[in-house]
Amino acid sequence: MEKRVTFGRWTIGILFAVPQLILIFTFFYWPAGQAVYWSLTLQQPWGGGNIWVGLDNFRSILANADYWNSITASMIFAGISTGLAMVIALVLAALTDRQLAGSWLYRVVLIWPYGIAAPALALAFRFILAPEAGFMAVVNKVWPGFWDPGLDGADAMASIIIAFSWKYVGYNFIFFLAAFQAIPRSLIEAAAMDGSGVIRRFWDIQFPLITPTIFFLLVINITESFQDSFGIVDIMTAGGPANATNLMVYKIYSDGFKGLDYSGAAAQSIILMLLIIALTIVQFRFIERRVHYR
Amino acid sequence: MVERTPILNFFTHLILFAGFVFCVAPFVIVAIAASHNLKDVNDVPMSLLPGSDFWVNIKTAWTTADLGPKLFNSFVMAFGVAAGKVIVSALTAFSIVYFRYPGRMLIFWLIFVTLMLPLEVRIVPTYAVVANVLDPYQTIMDLTGLSWLIEKISGVQVQLSLGLLNSYSGLILPLVATATGTFLYRQFFLTVPDELTEAARMDGAGALRFFVDILLPLSRNNMAALGTIMFLWAWNQYLWPLLITTDQSHAMAVTELKQLIPNVGGAPEWHIAMAGTLIVMLPPLIVVVLMQRWFVRGLIATEK
Repeated sequence: MEKRVTFGRWTIGILFAVPQLILIFTFFYWPAGQAVYWSLTLQQPWGGGNIWVGLDNFRSILANADYWNSITASMIFAGISTGLAMVIALVLAALTDRQLAGSWLYRVVLIWPYGIAAPALALAFRFILAPEAGFMAVVNKVWPGFWDPGLDGADAMASIIIAFSWKYVGYNFIFFLAAFQAIPRSLIEAAAMDGSGVIRRFWDIQFPLITPTIFFLLVINITESFQDSFGIVDIMTAGGPANATNLMVYKIYSDGFKGLDYSGAAAQSIILMLLIIALTIVQFRFIERRVHYR
Repeated sequence: MVERTPILNFFTHLILFAGFVFCVAPFVIVAIAASHNLKDVNDVPMSLLPGSDFWVNIKTAWTTADLGPKLFNSFVMAFGVAAGKVIVSALTAFSIVYFRYPGRMLIFWLIFVTLMLPLEVRIVPTYAVVANVLDPYQTIMDLTGLSWLIEKISGVQVQLSLGLLNSYSGLILPLVATATGTFLYRQFFLTVPDELTEAARMDGAGALRFFVDILLPLSRNNMAALGTIMFLWAWNQYLWPLLITTDQSHAMAVTELKQLIPNVGGAPEWHIAMAGTLIVMLPPLIVVVLMQRWFVRGLIATEK
């Protein structure tokens, strides 16, 4: 889609874009280039610049068991929390869309969690799920040692998944509800006239029509689980116990800023970038298709 | 809906109510825990009747984490990011939509790529750039021999350096440097009828006049939506401020929460921690409640 009417003087046109270009050059392209440079070189311990090491950084990372552990943890985290957040949000949105009395309340309230900063909700859940106070303590009284995120890796993973899912139920709900409301009422009514029930209508009409939204949210949720998890992990578990929750973003941070291993952190950043770019490309190809078939 | 389905309706209400509880419970528990004293908050199970120490705890959390100046910093940063985004992306979208110049598509794609890589992923090198924001330009001058040339001619050695760590600009600018808003504006500008532009040009309006007097007033809704989204996003940033604010005078409210986690071996002061959490949670929650329409609209539009 293009404008028929434009303004002549193209020098002025470029001037309008200059602020943005300076910003993205300084804070985006330059750092991204630096990351590539660092990942292919190694800093000398006593100054004297960087030496070219080619793909050695990547080799040493990929040979590192800790890194694979981090990838596995990230995948488990992404998979379970995305599944939970999407299924719960889908059910709630589908039911809210039935527009019974009081549905306005759900429409307002279910969005709230997404507005909360990840670290703030992480601290809240850290208390709610604390083994010695709060509510899991009740369970621990009955079965001593049943729940302890401080010592048990699986419990720690469960607690960051719960915190992350809680926030993203709100996010997914917004999109699912918008998708359901975009379906023409006449379609649903026609199906009802033909005698199909509520459940049948859901599976045969509504669900197929919102598949693009489902797919889109799937990609967004997975990408967000790679980034937005940082605050949750940092506040709730700090990557522990025994690296059970050392997700990729957290590992980049701790290797780069605590271990001062810039080259290793840069190489990990590049791998994570490639992952996210791959996901984004998949998403855009899909959206292209969707635009054609509408 | 269409037909009467009493049983299904009952279950719909039941499940929705469960969802409602699931969403609201954490807020309620935080608020109740913030009203207890040290003994009651650690009771097993914790009493769900509010205690009487609410304001005391809020005060304690406020002074312990020194939240006053930090909330102020958070506001400055969130407003800065929102305003920066709204202004910069409007300018850029105007340039892309209303002008024809060589390299326009290149600029479009250069901006588009920035959507793919969040700050969290390129955190280490971005930190290095903010430590000396002129470093890219110095390096370019060194590589192109420009520095050498200047030194030869004038005898001045060029050493550009400008550190932005622990400054508002260092906090704000890297967060503004992405394309989110540009595409929102672009979509909107494309829906503005060409006749309007023609009429404006006939009346002798230049590009700048048209932009300021016609386009911007028309895109008020866009600005509200984008501003809301960006304000919340910036307020909730954690990793970036955590890294670049090493001194307390520029710390954010959200990063300060870390100070409130009860230490292992210390007194389990969860009531103070929850009071602090409540203070930090509230501003974005109020924004969501007040600006809900814009928030939802902005979210759906920016993510398309």
